Amino acid sequence: MKYEVDVTIELKPGMLDPEGTTIKRALGHLGYAPESVRTAKKYIIIFESANIHEARENVEQMCQKLIANPVIHNYTINLREI
Amino acid sequence: MTIAIVQFGGSNCDQDVYHVLNDVVGLDAQLVWYKEDNLSDYEGVVIPGGFSYGDYLRAGAIAARTPIMESVKKLACDGKPVIGICNGFQILTEAGMLEGALTTNMYPKFRCQPTYLRVESVNTPFTSRFRKGEVISIPIAHKEGNFYANEITLSYLENNDLVVFRYADAEGHVTDAANPNGSQENIAGIVNVSRNVLGMMPHPERASEEILGSKDGLKIFQSMADYITDSA
Repeated sequence: MKYEVDVTIELKPGMLDPEGTTIKRALGHLGYAPESVRTAKKYIIIFESANIHEARENVEQMCQKLIANPVIHNYTINLREI
Repeated sequence: MTIAIVQFGGSNCDQDVYHVLNDVVGLDAQLVWYKEDNLSDYEGVVIPGGFSYGDYLRAGAIAARTPIMESVKKLACDGKPVIGICNGFQILTEAGMLEGALTTNMYPKFRCQPTYLRVESVNTPFTSRFRKGEVISIPIAHKEGNFYANEITLSYLENNDLVVFRYADAEGHVTDAANPNGSQENIAGIVNVSRNVLGMMPHPERASEEILGSKDGLKIFQSMADYITDSA
């Protein structure tokens, strides 16, 4: 089966996000006043797996071994068959 | 004694380290391309600065997962000294060889400037030629040098004397004003618990000759050379 997954990587809550802070300030220059801006990165991965359980396990491993840094990141997975 | 200087695609301080180790310290250092998977003939390793793999994913993340890093881990397990400078420090944290992570500078800008460091520990193969508390001048050049670790890890580093350098002012006071990147507790360099793996954001190879304005970095490489001679 073929699967597509969106992996979203975010800094853990409470960690400084200088890029988000800079964007928040720039939005302020445009007349907006967001309470907070946090950045995140999304990776879209297409891969083959035997079934949805194995696919989820594969994605978890990809995140833990490479895509996220567990010291600083949380990640969310949005997995679907295509 | 032969030292390996690991080159990845995007390393750019490799030649500077090569010059200092060979021409100034008088060691035999060789450049080693990252596809080499056996470092058993080497007595130590330097992972130089640069932008390995264009900082894709995260600074150091891709280089940390290349086969040569398995050989670097093996060499470190044998007690041989390993220094990661700047991108090299990022690679060592990403490889799990050092605690913590290097994140975007608090003011998100590339900072290239001289910094003062206070030597916090002389009980390492890299700082034996310093005095504890000595203030030295070594420049930084990075955008992702903001050292982060959780509270438990910070206590662990502190309690085991693993913090080697902190950003300080010229008098050695560790202050917010002297912190160029927002690093927790002004941490500029740490070692692992076996004390033979050092990561530091400042560039000692850029402060190893009088003409460069500071020779303070030289003592780091000389200390490492002493350690290798003494272990032989």
